[in-house]
Amino acid sequence: MPNRPSSLPNRAGLGLKPQHYATIHSERPDVGFFEVHAENYMMAGGPAHRHLTAIAEQYPLSLHGVGLSIGAARPLDRDHLERLRVLEQRYAPLAVSEHLAWSSHDIGFLNDLLPLPYTAETLARVVEHVDTVQTVLGRPILLENPSTYVLFEASDVDEIDFLTQVARRSGCGLLLDVNNVMVSCTNHRVDPYAYIDRFPLPLIGEIHLGGYDEAVDGRGERFLIDAHGSETRPDVFALYEHVIALAGPRPTLIEWDNDVPDFPVLYAEAARVDDVLARGFLNLRRAS
Amino acid sequence: MNHAAALARFAAAVTDPALPPPQDIVTPEGPIDPLRFAVYRNNVHVGLVGALEARFAVTRRIVGDPFFRGMARAYVAEHKPASPLMFAYGDDFPAFVASLVEIAAVPYLADVAMLEVRWSHAYGAADVQPMTVADLARIPPDQLADCRAFFHPSAGWLHSDYPVATIWALHQEPDVPRFELGSGESVLVIRPDSDVLLHSLEPAEAAFVDHLIRGHTLGEAAEAAAAYPKFDFGTCLVGLVSIGALVALTPSIEDHA
Repeated sequence: MPNRPSSLPNRAGLGLKPQHYATIHSERPDVGFFEVHAENYMMAGGPAHRHLTAIAEQYPLSLHGVGLSIGAARPLDRDHLERLRVLEQRYAPLAVSEHLAWSSHDIGFLNDLLPLPYTAETLARVVEHVDTVQTVLGRPILLENPSTYVLFEASDVDEIDFLTQVARRSGCGLLLDVNNVMVSCTNHRVDPYAYIDRFPLPLIGEIHLGGYDEAVDGRGERFLIDAHGSETRPDVFALYEHVIALAGPRPTLIEWDNDVPDFPVLYAEAARVDDVLARGFLNLRRAS
Repeated sequence: MNHAAALARFAAAVTDPALPPPQDIVTPEGPIDPLRFAVYRNNVHVGLVGALEARFAVTRRIVGDPFFRGMARAYVAEHKPASPLMFAYGDDFPAFVASLVEIAAVPYLADVAMLEVRWSHAYGAADVQPMTVADLARIPPDQLADCRAFFHPSAGWLHSDYPVATIWALHQEPDVPRFELGSGESVLVIRPDSDVLLHSLEPAEAAFVDHLIRGHTLGEAAEAAAAYPKFDFGTCLVGLVSIGALVALTPSIEDHA
């Protein structure tokens, strides 16, 4: 087995939502880890930090950034990177992750994970940015594959090759979002199983699962939109089982950020994932 | 291909619906499909409007979802966030609201929005232990007049010609009772511990707080407040300390010219 790119447990984790703080404090549910969006805790103090501090004392924590704009052409926002460093120091999470995407431009922060062309130029820029983040934080991060709806004519590097090269050159690990694989592959007419079979599985430090929405594009063809507003769809879950069968168990987060349900609904999703992870582990043990 | 140029074209088109999608993005079938590009436009728009909806929940309840979204859409078009901290987006949304002629029927709306700015600032401010009445008692009384006040990091205040704190409180639940527009209110917002608290101030207290926040000494603030009825220096100061509004009172280090 290669060195694990993250020290989160090989369990199901949940995104931590303020509406569930009270339930988690009082019931101490058996959840493998909790993950937060780093930007939601970048205020100086207050109740959000008190809740997170209490929960981080009881559970492994993963810090997931959505605002560094690693895929942008411009230099990283040093103020924002410093905020991330302070937060990382404060909570000592077991994983820190960000996206292969950009969200800030000269006009400001656009609050969406936007796509970039995959070329030698953008690869060098992303490697430089990941390197800067890791130098400031003093630890490796995980970089997540994006959901995309369009392609750039100029792209001449395949997405998997791009991610693999970023990981090799910067030393980062990868966060495989299986829902994003389904979304992007469906939208770009690629077989998602072929994508997984080519993905550098030993680099996966964490997996994300979430729900997509369906739409129809201008040609009348079905396309998928990353939505994080429902349970994981059956085709994504089947693809996830394929990933675990190939890669062995990995820390797996249920991402449900919109129309957040009551805690038991999330907990049931986590239980479903823990079942798959337990099976994967047993298979690995039998194989060895 | 230039990375910066490609993203500049994308950013311009994603924020301006009047522009066509960038010409350098494609789909597997060929040229760009505007419906696919529209997903990004929608995400940016919905994300930023959603951040305002979350931060200005009472403002939204007062005018209803459709009108609020109209205001938010217009604001988002002109004011992109400077940082990725969505809880801090919209500090100047109240000023934007105040500039709209359409809000004439709800003249208190911009002040409620400003109260919500103060509220969210207080929510995330640094955690500091406020000074206590015992701390206050240790300051020799003859030194008090020359002291300046250090407010708690969460403290913010505003004066409105409308009963803004009352209106805010009435709109915490979806069923809003009928209410009369009474007289104006001055509100001190603080979070001395875990809860954000709103305190309505009498005119004399408001003048006192206003002067202290602007850096005047207790003596100067008391002089200004004495112009209003019912001002009592001791009661007012002990009141401020009791609600956790102050962190310290320190002797003035400047000489008065």
